Amino acid sequence: MIYILCLILFFIGLYGIFCKKNLIKIVLGFIIMENAVNLFLILLGYKNNGIAPIMTKSMRLDEFLASSVDPLPQALVLTSIVIGLAVTALMVAVAIRIYERFGTFDITEIKRLKG
Amino acid sequence: MVHVIIYILILFMLLAALIALEAKNLLSSVVSIGAVGFMLSVVFLLLRAPDIAIIQVIIEILTLVILIRATIAVDVHLVKNIRQFFPFAICMVLLLLLFMFASKAMDLLPEFGNYLSKVAPHYLANGLKETGSANIVTSVILDYRAYDTLGEATVLFTAILGAVVLLRRKAKND
Repeated sequence: MIYILCLILFFIGLYGIFCKKNLIKIVLGFIIMENAVNLFLILLGYKNNGIAPIMTKSMRLDEFLASSVDPLPQALVLTSIVIGLAVTALMVAVAIRIYERFGTFDITEIKRLKG
Repeated sequence: MVHVIIYILILFMLLAALIALEAKNLLSSVVSIGAVGFMLSVVFLLLRAPDIAIIQVIIEILTLVILIRATIAVDVHLVKNIRQFFPFAICMVLLLLLFMFASKAMDLLPEFGNYLSKVAPHYLANGLKETGSANIVTSVILDYRAYDTLGEATVLFTAILGAVVLLRRKAKND
């Protein structure tokens, strides 16, 4: 059920990419999709009544092993979030250049101006 | 209890995402996307991922700065919403079809809150001993999968290089 909500978030982003005509709105669709995918991976690694995968001195190894959440998706999502920022910056740079060249964010008008 | 809070936050995220895409004013949609990101970081915190939550807050602030830089330079903030019916309908039908298939696939997933990947027990049991880091996430990033981090740095460098080249004021030989 919670995965379905996550999937709906992903599809809202996909809808933004498909149906919106404003370049900034398309970038926002990308960001929403990215957030949905990151959320999905973290949800997969969750364990009921779990604790964060950080050892403390008072903790015994076997109870840590039994109650910690999955550290692997967290590590990889950390990577993917940072990459997402860089890709967003690249897309916004392209959008700003297009705006300076054509004076609009609307992709249909850009197509009209080309010929 | 935690589950209920997570559900509510994700519902609010859905709402904020829709508002972000449908708002007429570009600045208000950027603000809504900020709401999505910050709620996501709270969800990460509730899902016991504090490292990700911190990173998400920082990244969200930077994203907002970048997006506001893009929208503030624009003279007209309002978005015209002229929508032809036929392409829109085709798009919606395709999205719905895809959604049906994808939700079928979601049934095959393990139940929420019970799954642990096969390599995770090894990392959890030996992480402190082998790498000396009490935070297992750190030991995975910087030791077990350090090559991934190197690749990430390369991707980051390339993307930022592209952005800088695009935004450069003047070419060398104009």
